[in-house]
Amino acid sequence: MEISRFVDKISGRGVPVRGNDIDTDRIIPARFLKSVTFEGLETHAFEDDRKQLEERGQVHAFWNPKYKGARILIVNGNFGCGSSREHAPQALQRWGIRAVVGESFSEIFSGNSVALGMPCLTVSQADADALQSAVEANPQAEITVGVGSESIEVNGKKYRAHVPAGAREAFTAGTWDATGQLLDNFDQVRNVAKSLPYVSGF
Amino acid sequence: MGKTLLQKVWERHAVRTLPTGQTQLFIGLHLIHEVTSPQAFDMIRMRGDKVAFPERTFATVDHIVPTLDQRRPFLDVMAEEMMSALEKNCRQFGIPLFNIDNASQGIVHVIGPELGLTQPGMTIACGDSHTSTHGAFGAIAFGIGTSQVRDVLASQCLAIEPMKVRRITMNGSLRPGVYAKDVILEIIRRLGVKGGTGYAYEYGGDAFDRMTMEERMTVCNMSIEGAARVGYVNPDETTFKYLEGRQFAPKGADFAKARKWWASLASDADAVYDDVVLMDAAAIEPTVTWGINPGQSVGISEKLPSPADLGPDDRASVAEALEFMSFRGGMPIAGTKIDVAFIGSCTNGRLSDLREAARLAKGHHVAKGVKALVVPGSQSVRRAAEQEGLDKIFTEAGFEWRGAGCSMCLAMNPDQLQGRQVCASSSNRNFKGRQGSPTGRTLLMSPAMVAAAAIAGEVVDVREILDREEVHA
Repeated sequence: MEISRFVDKISGRGVPVRGNDIDTDRIIPARFLKSVTFEGLETHAFEDDRKQLEERGQVHAFWNPKYKGARILIVNGNFGCGSSREHAPQALQRWGIRAVVGESFSEIFSGNSVALGMPCLTVSQADADALQSAVEANPQAEITVGVGSESIEVNGKKYRAHVPAGAREAFTAGTWDATGQLLDNFDQVRNVAKSLPYVSGF
Repeated sequence: MGKTLLQKVWERHAVRTLPTGQTQLFIGLHLIHEVTSPQAFDMIRMRGDKVAFPERTFATVDHIVPTLDQRRPFLDVMAEEMMSALEKNCRQFGIPLFNIDNASQGIVHVIGPELGLTQPGMTIACGDSHTSTHGAFGAIAFGIGTSQVRDVLASQCLAIEPMKVRRITMNGSLRPGVYAKDVILEIIRRLGVKGGTGYAYEYGGDAFDRMTMEERMTVCNMSIEGAARVGYVNPDETTFKYLEGRQFAPKGADFAKARKWWASLASDADAVYDDVVLMDAAAIEPTVTWGINPGQSVGISEKLPSPADLGPDDRASVAEALEFMSFRGGMPIAGTKIDVAFIGSCTNGRLSDLREAARLAKGHHVAKGVKALVVPGSQSVRRAAEQEGLDKIFTEAGFEWRGAGCSMCLAMNPDQLQGRQVCASSSNRNFKGRQGSPTGRTLLMSPAMVAAAAIAGEVVDVREILDREEVHA
């Protein structure tokens, strides 16, 4: 799973997962966190929701064959709320998702996604719904997500999207993996530490 | 123009503005545990990095530890593997670990304050969303994911966007039978589960001034359930008194100096906020969640909402929640039969929580068919409770008295709901599947309300019991 350093234009098919306040326990139930690696998480994405739908003879969109191979996940409001587990965006990314589009995201979820090179773009409530409907009507539709241009394009129609300025810059400048730049001024870090009374003594 | 505590602490810890416009923020205290750290250590090993400030990093075990039989090796092979990984990582990088056999072990958000590690004016990060708990001390504390744990291990810094501040001023006195848990449930209900996005919540007003540190921790703990990554209370005399004499708190002359510095960090009287909300403490009643997120709650005397009465935004989520819970709109929450009662967690697993629950349990017995657990938040809470005889009150009343850990709050250990059981729980999340059974149902409420429900076998108004007991006394 190679994620390119520069994340700007992402193209691919979409998968709609409808519903507000889908928390990270639902994206990846806690029992699958019992591991010292992130490997295999993708096979358990939305597992409990999926099984409950199956019992009623329904199929969870994420596991519907017609959306197989999708790269763009389209959700509604407050997606990824709850637990800070990075296992949630890890499961989605390992499944094949490269960008998430929705009405709003929990900040911990979108922050974790930045650290994985997987942008979360917000669109209006109506546009999230329209994008989901477009994909439901035609799962083969090619979607283009522009991080720098803050736009989503499908079926020749353009939707305005938003990415917080810092994250946008991190994706397009290729600095979303922050460790390197946090370490390249370590003397400055030491100076801040020294200036704090609880570190250097009151 | 005055500054908020958040602005002051942020400025003291800002290393620089990154080219992205984000802040490179120094983290004063990094707390780690067994679930969200092993991959982070693997990443820094792969990069060939060291842990930059091992002396500012502390580890404990809480999420996966069994609360019944804590002997090693754990029966759960995966849990044992996670324990070994943390032990190995802490040894290799020189990080202090409060392990299962250490008298200071417990839930990370219980032991940080207890040991005096958590102090006003710090920036605190931990791979756990309930890190907001530490804001009770006037620290800026928030949850992070595993890649960010890697960043903090390697550099003691995070790349982070600035936050806005919403001041929540609550005046008035809480009525008897109404607790800090009800306060935060009411705040989330009023402002919504996504209302806090982009904000830190500053809790103030005389209702918060009067609260103990443990009560403030309960409120700050659940800030994240309202989407506020950070929640804090300005440090005051209550904060300083709590800290004095604790193991890692400054001592002697240092304490006097620290106190002065801490006091200077409180928000200025003329601080400017991005938003202000006013609330009345006296208007809050014992609150219980009925749905699948912590904002779906009602006062004990109220009835559940009906989808038909709601606007299109709420209709679908209320209908989904009612269906999952097998509840109907218009029914009261009081009288709901329960199968399990859970007292514990980083929200409500502290000594004052157990005392209040024990007060309700004393001289009564858990209803037939109800499984009731009391899980202290730390070994230190457990010892203190036993010294007061709370364990005896609980066991005589038919509650199980357990070892310290996260237990049934998140079900990464043997304490889990079965099937469609209904659990009265003092924890923080009522998400689908949260307590271990995909179809299990959680009702969040205060520890006193949980104890009352355990005894009655159904959700009851704790105020009626308190009134009755007063008559008997």
